[in-house]
Amino acid sequence: MRAPTYSRPAVRQPDAGFLRRTWAMIVKEFVQMRRDRMTFATMITIPVLQLVLFGFAINTDPKQLPTALLLRDDGPLTRAVLAAMKNSDYFRFTRQVRDPAMLDAMLRSGEALFAVEVPASFERDVRRGDRPALLVIADATDPVATGTAVSALQGLTDSALRRDLRGPDEKVAARPPPFEIALQQRYNPEGETRFNIVPGLLGIVLTMTMMMFTALAVTREIERGTMESLLAMPIRPVEIMIGKIAPFVLVGFVQMSIILSAAYFVFGVPIVGSLGLLIVLTTLFAAANLAVGYTFSTIAQNQLQAVQLTFFFFLPNILLSGFMFPFRGMPEWAQWLGEFLPLTHFLRIVRGIMLKGNGFTDMEVDVLALVIFVVAAMGIALVRFRRTLD
Amino acid sequence: MKEIAIDVTGLTKRFGDRTVVHDLSMQVPKGEIFGFLGPNGSGKTTTIRLLCGLLTPDSGEGMCLGFDILKEQERIKSHVGYMTQRFSLYTDLSIRENLEFVARVYGLSDPRAAARGAIDRLGLSGRSEQLAGELSGGWKQRLALGACILPNPQLLLLDEPTAGVDPKARREFWDEIHALAAEGITVLVSTHYMDEAERCHELGYIAYGDLLARGTAQQIIDQSGLSTWIVSGEGLHQLARDLRSRPGVDMVAPFGAELHVAGRDRSALDATIEAAKRASSSHHWMRGEPSLEDVFILLMDSAKDNFS
Repeated sequence: MRAPTYSRPAVRQPDAGFLRRTWAMIVKEFVQMRRDRMTFATMITIPVLQLVLFGFAINTDPKQLPTALLLRDDGPLTRAVLAAMKNSDYFRFTRQVRDPAMLDAMLRSGEALFAVEVPASFERDVRRGDRPALLVIADATDPVATGTAVSALQGLTDSALRRDLRGPDEKVAARPPPFEIALQQRYNPEGETRFNIVPGLLGIVLTMTMMMFTALAVTREIERGTMESLLAMPIRPVEIMIGKIAPFVLVGFVQMSIILSAAYFVFGVPIVGSLGLLIVLTTLFAAANLAVGYTFSTIAQNQLQAVQLTFFFFLPNILLSGFMFPFRGMPEWAQWLGEFLPLTHFLRIVRGIMLKGNGFTDMEVDVLALVIFVVAAMGIALVRFRRTLD
Repeated sequence: MKEIAIDVTGLTKRFGDRTVVHDLSMQVPKGEIFGFLGPNGSGKTTTIRLLCGLLTPDSGEGMCLGFDILKEQERIKSHVGYMTQRFSLYTDLSIRENLEFVARVYGLSDPRAAARGAIDRLGLSGRSEQLAGELSGGWKQRLALGACILPNPQLLLLDEPTAGVDPKARREFWDEIHALAAEGITVLVSTHYMDEAERCHELGYIAYGDLLARGTAQQIIDQSGLSTWIVSGEGLHQLARDLRSRPGVDMVAPFGAELHVAGRDRSALDATIEAAKRASSSHHWMRGEPSLEDVFILLMDSAKDNFS
């Protein structure tokens, strides 16, 4: 006997159509979004924070640039010229030195972007109408940072001494200008923007990739459930950390080789300083980013949060480190924030070595900062790393 | 007298204000297979994690393999193989790579040889380069056990090792466990399967953090004082519903075409059954032996849920 055909169930009323099913999905996504508090918080706070931060910090017409001063002559005319420079709002005399070697050192370390040298017998030569030259050295590694200030200098020679050259000196005030400015564009005399950008890119690429690699390191183990058996094994947190970071130092090394080769052969960026020192310090920088990423990994509860933390950290790295906008053009508080980013220090190092030919002693502070970064990030990571599932 | 491998007293673990393990004391002699039974969320996994140092007890103390579970967690880890409930080897590593990793972490002198030996023992010689994530449930479980015993542990902690594994693979798994116990390895295994429980030397029944019963399977059945009737025939569903509220009936459970009716008060149960027999002649009644499962379901019903 043939079994009777199965009597199909009636169509459910109302029919679960396109809108209902889509709505079901939407409701579920909202519930999940709400449950992940940290993601929810970052969605709201990060845009606000970044808008405020970067809106006030970024300045494409950098002013108040730190300027070192070497006075070989002093008098009313010298003071008038310096006052005119100061009043242009582009120059801020931060330090007066006695030795030209000191000027060079300040430019190399990035402590000053400009150096002004007033020659001996400047006053006398001006009054005689000999049109002496005031030496201005600009750190041209970042043409954008010094460009507008340099243009401002041009008009200075005409106007600076107009009020001071009266009476018997009035004849020298007439054209041509009573003194000249000998401008020396140091380190990047052609003002090639890519000389500044390409070494910076080395830092950007390393920051992004290195941090992302390790940011997922711990959260991935937790999400996949492998952390439980890993913790049950006789392996210590510091061993897990070093084991997870070390392979990526090698990856960073490969990335560095590619970027440096391209910089030198394709973009024609010079490597004035020691290549060996550059490699060592770049590796240190890669380690700093790996350590920061690993720390994020111990803070985040899942991989999504780890990625969000990385981006949260990455954006100020681009905007406040001096990669995209001149560091010295930012307000002081923003510069202080920038000092807490490893990229800021690395940019000084990489541009310093490649363009200025800096040696270790010119960059001690930045190297020390990177070392502190590595140690502090690893320390936090070890404290944060949970040995148990408590 | 045998050495005691696990000796803990008063173990208590709280998560927030919920007590997950409550004042748990147990001793497991060396070379014994101790079965851990209990409903989901009863604290079995937590207890196992307390023993291998993955969790720190809020109170209580004890020794595991002669090491203090509070102070010498790191040393315990070297001698314990812990098989997690969820597969926790690296799914994106091959079988050989997983085993070599374990061998290296435990500091075996020749990790490659150790991994090769384990692969041969597991019967995975032809598949050593296959990714662990591609294995079927049964093979994953064998591999996980293989990884656990690779560093020659003294104690195996197995958390529901056979969940979702077919009967033949389970049978082979238990043969292996018995072979290991015969070599002197102590085994603590949690399970929901009654046939597996019966293969343990000793059982502990834990519900909502309390160890409610312990002993051999037979001892636990005897201690329960349960008597059981087995009834077959038509309309068993209706009968079960009628019997549930009657005096003396503690448990009614369908088993295929039969119904198991059990109670601790033998005379009250018998009186109820007599009444039921008189009321309907369409059922066939038979006295039965209480099974371990009957006892456990009864224990489960009488234990208080700590969520509510």
